[in-house]
Amino acid sequence: MRPLAVAGVLLASAFAVTACAPPGGTAAPEQSERPDFADGAPTCGDEDVELSMYAETGFPLPSVLAEEFTEQYPNVTFDIREDQFAVLTQNAPRVLQDSPPDLMRLPQMSELASGGLLMDLDPYAEAFGWTDWPESQLEQLRVDDEGRRGDGPLYGMGLNFSMTGVFYNTALAEQIGMTQAPRTLEEFDGYLQAAKDAGITPIAQFNGGATGGLLFPLQGLMASYGETAPINDWIYQKADATIDTDANLAAAEHLQRWVEAGYFAPDVNSMDYSQMMSRFIGGESLFIFSGDWESGNLDTQMPGGAGFFLMPPLEEGGAQGAMSAPLTYGISAFAENPDCAAFFFDWVATDEQARTITVEVGGSHPMGPANAFMPEVAEGSVTEATLKAGTAINEQNGAMDFIANATGGIYAQSWTPNVQRLVAGEVEAAELLSAVQADYENELAD
Amino acid sequence: MSTSEQAAAPPRPDGAAAGRGPSAARRRTLRRRRWSWSVAAYVLVLPAAVFYIAFVLVPIVRSVQYSMYRWDGIRPATWAGFANYVEVFNNATLVGSILNAFELILYFSIVPVVIGLFAANLIRAIATSRLATVARTVLFLPQVIPLVAAGIMWTWQLSTDGMVNQLMKLVGLGGLTRAWLGDTQTALPAVGVIGAWVQLGLCLLLLLAGMTKIDPALYEAARIDGAGPVREFFSITLPSLRQEIAVALTVTVISALASFDIIYISTQGGPANSTLVPGLQIYYLAFFEREIGTASALAIVLMVLVLLVVLPMQRILRGRDG
Repeated sequence: MRPLAVAGVLLASAFAVTACAPPGGTAAPEQSERPDFADGAPTCGDEDVELSMYAETGFPLPSVLAEEFTEQYPNVTFDIREDQFAVLTQNAPRVLQDSPPDLMRLPQMSELASGGLLMDLDPYAEAFGWTDWPESQLEQLRVDDEGRRGDGPLYGMGLNFSMTGVFYNTALAEQIGMTQAPRTLEEFDGYLQAAKDAGITPIAQFNGGATGGLLFPLQGLMASYGETAPINDWIYQKADATIDTDANLAAAEHLQRWVEAGYFAPDVNSMDYSQMMSRFIGGESLFIFSGDWESGNLDTQMPGGAGFFLMPPLEEGGAQGAMSAPLTYGISAFAENPDCAAFFFDWVATDEQARTITVEVGGSHPMGPANAFMPEVAEGSVTEATLKAGTAINEQNGAMDFIANATGGIYAQSWTPNVQRLVAGEVEAAELLSAVQADYENELAD
Repeated sequence: MSTSEQAAAPPRPDGAAAGRGPSAARRRTLRRRRWSWSVAAYVLVLPAAVFYIAFVLVPIVRSVQYSMYRWDGIRPATWAGFANYVEVFNNATLVGSILNAFELILYFSIVPVVIGLFAANLIRAIATSRLATVARTVLFLPQVIPLVAAGIMWTWQLSTDGMVNQLMKLVGLGGLTRAWLGDTQTALPAVGVIGAWVQLGLCLLLLLAGMTKIDPALYEAARIDGAGPVREFFSITLPSLRQEIAVALTVTVISALASFDIIYISTQGGPANSTLVPGLQIYYLAFFEREIGTASALAIVLMVLVLLVVLPMQRILRGRDG
């Protein structure tokens, strides 16, 4: 019995050391005071300011913008810390509270906002006039007091807003007789088959590990078959919203036909994002589904060798939609320099030089007023094609948030395994949607 | 206390305790010395004990505490009792991850121990040749490679145009090639192969060390009695290695049940959760879904499962020696 007695004593000491108060019960530090801008919009002032920024590794846009900002406002310097997105996701709650950054790249933000860790940016929105921008740009960054997005106070700002669609290799396209972007889904299907017949991998799409990349084509198809508003309602957790609709079923069935026809690379279920990009750039596949954040990269790596189009509609001239989301940044509720951070957000969206950087380095559309300055881009470049597509989506009001952002766990726990099962032939399109809807309802009930 | 000590004890001046063992003063001295020895021992153990309590026991107790709450890691927690444990056993994905971990025991433990036994036996037979040293080094090499690097390397080897498929095509098995880590049927065995490759070196080294302790006279005697290599192996080598096999199995079974790094690097639990294991699921639950309570409950269940598997195994394998 002696070892047991010793274990007992040690465990008892451990219990004694461990306070028995429930976790998370400690009082949060004082939040920064709600700003009041009676004397005009805030600025960074004349004093020396050091803005702390927690950014995402692999995206040079924030640091290039920071450099330019310091150039224009020499009293402001940046202390930038970078981590991978997965690390940001893990660290967000603790970092926002314990070492609060002035600017932070945000992962799924609704829990952070409703948990009181993010600054309510509504006063800044009013002071700077962000409220006059197209509301679709800011809608995704609003969170109500129950953690639902799409409505409520503004808790984040985009450094740009990105959009997804189809990239194609122009040389391979020419090889199968595709001289222009497909105008209908049927035409697109024809090109996919032609590529397969010519021995070219039609689509290299990442779908391995914990990353369900088949959601990109699936959501594009959803927009071709139906309206985007109900999809956004579902993502924003509006009451009684469902993803299991007739239009979405038709989209999922279309995707299943693509899988069964062998349009995806045979190792789609083990391919990661970087493999997809290297194969596409290496000329090993005709199409990939990705976003305009790759525009600058593709213009550099294969100049003139890549094109871009939005998922085609069912009938020529029909409505189109695309996943479009801001590159979200927020200000910690406990940040030291919130006014200067908000001024930086405004500068990114309104300064001509900043907007040029956003397009050239980030490859995506800048935030800001609809009629704001747009930089010239090289004719025939992918960046030009993605910017045009962005304008088309804005005009048609076809922007959707990503269906993987509906809840905290829906991407990893439901969408990803289910689209991987679809590839493996283990579920049908109808089962895919009903399973995801069941998981969604389960998670909301918790 | 020995009789000679008692006899040698000087009689107390007052003679009160004469003839009744050591004098009270002597006893007091001895007791004091014993006491100061134990104090010294405790003082020496104290730093380690403090660290053990702070970094092992407190986290375990905290995990038990967290497992009783519903908590997102940010807002105040609410009491949940055993609901998180019920969730662990009712959620098909979580149960599936536990079953996957048990299947991995086959690849992480059984396969390397069996192959390690054969390899060690062969190496012992050719112990004096240079080939034995080369074989030992080559087979131990995976053990010194970081698991992350091993995972990345094998991800390449098992891809559609990787070495495994190329070799298969070379020997006319082209029809069977596939993305081994991307197929729901083959992903878990493929991850198992990586684990087996990594664990083999450790098992081999343990078993080889055990074999050097076996008295060569036993083999000589067996040979005189007409025993062949097979009989030698089963009658002498295998029974003599009981302790080493117990250690190898314990270490590898724990690494199978608590596996994380190889799987995180090679498949991240996919495709379709076919390689999901509790270690990975705890990470996803805690850091991505922010369900700290369920994650803690699964961690405690995993710890109990490891103990339930390893403790009886120790008892059975060590037998009388234990």
